[in-house]
Formats: sequence, C-alpha cells, structure tokens
Amino acid sequence: MPRLFIPPLLRPYCEGQEEVNVEGATVLEAVQFLDQQYPGVIERLCPEGKLRAGMAVTVDQNVTPRGLAQKVSPESEIHFLPAIGGG
Amino acid sequence: MATIDETKAAAGSGDKPKYKVIGTRPIRHDGADKVTGRALYGADIKVKGMIVGAILRSPHAHANIKSIDTSKAEAFPGVRAVATSADLPEPGDKIAELGEGAVVLNHLSSNNLARTKVLYKGHAVAAVAADNLHIAQEAASLIEVEYEVLPPVMNVLKAMEDSAPVLNPDVRTEEASTGEKGDKPSNIAKHIVFEKGDIEKGFADAKYVVEREFRTSTVHQGYIEPHVATVLWNNDGQITVWTPTQGTFSVRSQMAELLHVPLARVKVVPAEIGGGFGGKISVYLAPAAAVLSRKAGVPVQIVMDRADVLQATGPTPGSVIKIKMGVDADGRLTAAEAWMAYEAGGYPGSPIGAGAMCVFSCYDIPNGRVEGYDVCVNKPRTNAYRAPGATNAAFATETVVDELCEKLGMEPAEFRLQNAAKEGTRRIDGVTYPRIGLVETLEAIKNSEHFKTPLTGKNQGRGIGSGFWFNAGLKSAVTANVNSDGSVGLLEGSTDIGGSRTAIAMQFAEALGLAAEDIKPAVVDTDSVGYTDVTGGSRVTYATGWAAYEAAQDLKRQIVSRAAELWEVDPDQVSYEDGSVIGPDKSMTFKEIAIELSLTGEPLVGRGVSNHNEPGGAFGTHLVDVEVDPDTGKVDILRYTAAQDCGTAIHPAYVEGQIQGGAVQGIGWGLNEEYWYDEEGSMRNANFLDYRIPTCYDLPMIDAIIVEVPNPGHPYGVRGVGEVPIVPPPAALEAAIHNAVGVRLYELPMSPPRVLHELLKKES
Repeated sequence: MPRLFIPPLLRPYCEGQEEVNVEGATVLEAVQFLDQQYPGVIERLCPEGKLRAGMAVTVDQNVTPRGLAQKVSPESEIHFLPAIGGG
Repeated sequence: MATIDETKAAAGSGDKPKYKVIGTRPIRHDGADKVTGRALYGADIKVKGMIVGAILRSPHAHANIKSIDTSKAEAFPGVRAVATSADLPEPGDKIAELGEGAVVLNHLSSNNLARTKVLYKGHAVAAVAADNLHIAQEAASLIEVEYEVLPPVMNVLKAMEDSAPVLNPDVRTEEASTGEKGDKPSNIAKHIVFEKGDIEKGFADAKYVVEREFRTSTVHQGYIEPHVATVLWNNDGQITVWTPTQGTFSVRSQMAELLHVPLARVKVVPAEIGGGFGGKISVYLAPAAAVLSRKAGVPVQIVMDRADVLQATGPTPGSVIKIKMGVDADGRLTAAEAWMAYEAGGYPGSPIGAGAMCVFSCYDIPNGRVEGYDVCVNKPRTNAYRAPGATNAAFATETVVDELCEKLGMEPAEFRLQNAAKEGTRRIDGVTYPRIGLVETLEAIKNSEHFKTPLTGKNQGRGIGSGFWFNAGLKSAVTANVNSDGSVGLLEGSTDIGGSRTAIAMQFAEALGLAAEDIKPAVVDTDSVGYTDVTGGSRVTYATGWAAYEAAQDLKRQIVSRAAELWEVDPDQVSYEDGSVIGPDKSMTFKEIAIELSLTGEPLVGRGVSNHNEPGGAFGTHLVDVEVDPDTGKVDILRYTAAQDCGTAIHPAYVEGQIQGGAVQGIGWGLNEEYWYDEEGSMRNANFLDYRIPTCYDLPMIDAIIVEVPNPGHPYGVRGVGEVPIVPPPAALEAAIHNAVGVRLYELPMSPPRVLHELLKKES
C-alpha cells in the first residue's frame, strides 16, 4: 500500500500518526482514503479539490507536476511539502 | 580541470567515447554578437514612436498613502501619460500560479504600483511617460503624495514580536501544511515544521552538542544589466512586451493577470539578458509601462538605474538561524535541530520552505526537527537568488559541523564522508534521495592537488563546505525546423542566461548525430514556441534539453517513415543511426535526406516537449584557502577549488563557468555584500561602489572539478548546475578564517570590520 507521510503540523488531526498506509491509485485517492480515516484532512491538504496554494506533492523522491492526479503504486511514498522556486 | 567521468567511463568500449557532441566545447552560437556588442539587451530595444517612463518611488520605508495628486505632472509640458495603482485593475484576493509558484496578485500588483501603503523605501508609487527622461523625471517629482509615516520594521526578530507594527493587514500566520491561519494580522506569514525520528533521544545519544545562532544580511543578485521594460499597448488591444527576463511566459502570465487581459493578447519578446540569478522573474516595470502606453498610445520604455535595482527589486533575504547538532563519540550525527526566520521583505514569500528543506540536506541524520518562519519586514520583497534559501542555511549548518569536527578532532572532509547523504537517505522533511553525488564531490576534493598541498604561511587557513540544491524539471517546448540544406533551426522558449542555447542545441545534435554547428538555436517570443517555464531552478539544460531530445526523436520517426516511402520499403526495414537513415540497400546522411525530402514532400518539423520531474539533486563541495590581515580584518582568498556533481557535463566550459560564477557570488555574500539600512529604513549603499560585489582583483582562479554522477532521470544523465555553487562558499570561508586566526564568525558578511572586531575581542 502507498505510504502517505503526515506533515508534523497535520499530525494532531491524524491521532499523531507520522505516516499512514493508504489505498488509492492516485494522490487524490490516497488523500480521500486518509480523509475517511481522519475526516477533515482533505480540506486542509486539498481545499476545493485542489492542492493548497504554496504546497507541492512529492511521490517517490520527486515533486510531481501532476499534483493530485499523479498515479501512485503500492510501493509509493507520498509527501506534502512547501512548493519552492529556484533562481 | 579534473574530471571524474563516470558516464564515459561506464561506456567503456575502448577509446570510443560515449558521445560525439556532448562533452565537447563548441563555440557558443550567440558568441559573436555578445563579444562584439551587437546583441540586443533590454535597453537596446528601440520601437518606433517610443517614449520613456520614470517611476516615482517612496522616500519612506513604511507609510500609509493618504492621497496622490498627479495634476501638476499631467500638466507639465512634454508629459504624455501618468499612472498610479488606480490604473491597474483591482486584483482581489486571487492567488495565481505564475510559473515557479503561487503569487498573491494583490501583493504583486501593489509591489508594482503601491495601493494603500508603501512597504519599503523605493516602493513604486506612480509612473510618468514623457518625450524624454528628463521631462519624465521632472514631472514625477511634481506628483504630490501625502504619506502617513509609520515606524519601519527592519529586523526579522522584532518583526515577529506581537508589539511590532504590522505591514500587511491581510497577512495572518498560515500553518504551512494545514492552511490554518492566525486570528489576527501578523508579520509572520508562514510557519513550517519538519520532524524526523526522536529529537530528544538523538541529543541524549550525543557526546558533543554544538548550538549556535547565525545572522545573514540582505544581499542582491547583482546582475549587471538593470531591469528594463518596453511595452506597446496597441489600439487593437494587443500588448507587446520587450524585456530581458528569465521567463517570457511568466511575464505573459503576470501581465495578463495584473491587467485583466487574455493571455493571447500579450506577446513577450525576450531581449538578451545581462544576468538574472532569480531576480528577473517578477515584473517590476512592465505593468506600469503598459498602462502608460495605453494612455499615451505609443510604446513606453522604462529603465531602472542601479539604485532602483538595489532598493526596489527582489534581493535575497536576511535571516536569523539557530542550529543545534549532536554527534556520538565515533563522529556520527545523532540529531539536528534548526530554527529559521527569513525576511520576506514587504510582502510574504521568502524562500523559507527551500531553506528549511536544505538546512540539513547534506547529512544522514536519524533525528531532526526544523522550524521555519516567513516574516515581512520593510525591505523590498525578496525574490529568488541562486538556490534560494540554501546559502543562508548552509552557512549555519556547515559552521556548526566545522565546530563539531574540531571537538571530535576529525578531519572535516572525513566527517562529511562519514555522515554524507546518499541514495536512500531520508531528509528531515521526509523525502529520500535518488542517486546523488555528494560523496563523489567530497572524494574529488580529497583527491585534488589543492587538498594535498599544505598551507605554510602565517594567518592562513583552509576551510571546506558542502551544499545542496534540488534542481527542477517543469515544462519546456522546442520546435525544430529542418532546412532544405540539412541545417536546423531550433526554436526554444528558455531565455539564455548561461549558454543554454548551445547546451540545448548540443543535446539535439547528439540525438541526431549532427554537429552542434549544424544547429541554429533561437530564443523566440511567446507567440512562436510552446509554453516554457522560467529559466530558473537549474532546469533549462535538463528540461529544455530533454525537449530538444524529444524533438530529435520526432524528426527521426518522420525521417524513417518518409525514407521508407521514398525507397518503397517497409518502415521496419529502415532505421536512423549515427546521423544517417539506413534502408535495406541504401543509406543517406541527415543532410542528404533533408535535401531529398525538401524536394519531395512536406516540411520536416520536429516537436519536443518535456514535463519531467526527476532532475536529480545537485551537490557541491568547496575548498578555500585564505589569509587574514590581523591589523585590518581583511580576508584574501589564496586558492579556491569547487567540485560539483553535474550528472553529465553537456558543455564542460559552461559547467565550469556556472561553478565559477556561483562560487564568486557566494564569496561576495560571505565576505562583503550586505544592505546597509539606517534607522529610517533607508538603504545607504545603493550603488556598486558601496555595495561591494567581488571583482577580479579580489579573486584567484576558481578551479572547477566537474564530477559526473549521471542522473538516471534524464536521457543523457543531466543534472542542473547553476545554483548549488553559491551554497558552500560562506561556510567554507568561515572555516578557513577560523583556521587562519582562531575566531568564529556567526554573521554575514565576514567583512573586515566584523573580522577585526572578533580579533580584537579575542585579544582582549
């Protein structure tokens, strides 16, 4: 199952979990699964169905340009991190 | 140049190199124009009927705007138009994605022409277009602005206090990963936390713990060419912008959003660019020039002077960073903790996220915690500068590492090798690394002649530092037009700052078995090529190079198909290899088939796009020798070597140039550069005499060691090169100064007065 890593500031909404094994074929489905376990989480990560402004999602070591639509595999790791820009 | 060439070594087929074009050093396609002065930079652009503009800027660092009276300026002879924020559409509270991140449009709009407040000295308040610059400046001085002056907030720690005057009433502290916002306005715009493992246990396991507090100053990218924008808002509603920029499509998006016009009505034409380093992504002049042009009915050009550039564009933030790190008796890191506050300037948006992710990025640390704050202060809104946020962070971390080495009695390169991040290392923000080359850069330094040559002089010292940058992928598009003589025109949207035209053309040439000289690359306007993200994030050689590779593959497919048709054979019987198309009983070179096909069918046009996200992280390790004058505190650099993993060096000379240029900027940041503000928030060194960037008189040759650990996420193994070399220098210099004269410096720049102060303190 994909592993969704919970950002520290979100952990209080997830019973302190650091990571959760989730179901789903995409990042969005993984977050929806997480939201079933911990209702309200999806609105914090993806308000109105979109990744929060200023946030990026990393799947398997790399920031994905496809955001919530990025496919995940059973071995995937999913991280939510600050979006960054280069110079 | 020494090269650890894993790519070519891995090829391993006798004397035959893996590549024909990649790794060579052809003359850059734009070289003649650049060295003869014919290249057209922003201020060289002249458009028929063009008039010039001037900006009225705030004399105050923090003030409410009570009224603006432009009547005297409008009546001044020769004035053609006057603009204020009232001429820009109300942006509302929209957040827009503009290429390299989300932007609050109200802040971007207000940064171009202030609405209700000015938030730094030099903040643009109004603009005038006139027949010549003297008239425009004179008229601008006649604009009457009534200010209610407010106390400036110049210090990041004071800005965080509850009692601090609040710059932006609409800013409340946002918790980065939950979106929760504070219940009252604050200068703290964002709060970030990363955690890994058990930090308390980690420190309990440590034999030595070092905890220090660091300060870094606001510094500027220092690009030689000032900002310029020339804009025509035509009668038919079409807007054309000529400007030197890192991202034509980003400028197009910003203009469309700020002016409320469709994207298709904005065309951005790139001028050659005299440096950017992250500072030429945001617009500063073009929106004002556009509304002036709409009013005047003619093109308007606005050029900044150096003081405007320093006071009113986007420097990189000053910061306060607290670092605590622990090691066990064997010299293994057990825990690390960082507290980081970065100045955002007048509006939110410092690179605190990147800084917080980079701060311990060179090390494999089992337990860690990082807390970061994005804080508004009355300075210009910060912007990206080469590896934004990483240099501040590395200065702090690497200095603490150097102190830990001292306590352990371990050689610093050995310590780094023992604790270095590798493939599979999980950073404190949680992400694991793919194949990376930090260890290889450390080994390259250890194997260098520089490292093996002892220092012998008095007051001399040697320091080492490492650094990391993520690099980026993002979107790029390339179009390849095959000419009837077999040459190729390569159209690209990545503006060329560091030789990327040639680096992209070389990848295209390699894929088709051609020579770099057979390709004519051109950076074209936004109407002439597919969407391309900014030249930033060290992404162009990686991403636009990949798009060029795809364009070449597209052409190969077309050539094979057309040749099969021409030769009346099955396409499966035709292949393209090593610059030739080969059939069952004949073959033709690319040039021959191009001529043949131009006579027998439709044009050959290749299309390539990329949106790949495996840029491979970049690491660099720098070694520096210094001599410190104990009477003045002046630091002279005796020798400097920088090793960097670039994946595959497409054009080694350009890779060396990026390493050298980045190192030099990092040296300037480390030793001299800083914004000096007085108590009123006025920058007192807004010129290149007093804002001291390094010159050739300050520097030895920067020896660049190219390390090649191919990036598995690119057809040719490319990693971005441009940013990471600015990261290690301040830390390496600090260690060198310490080893020379025995004092530690926890504040940048390590300028002569500061070094002398520490020397005198030590003596007393």
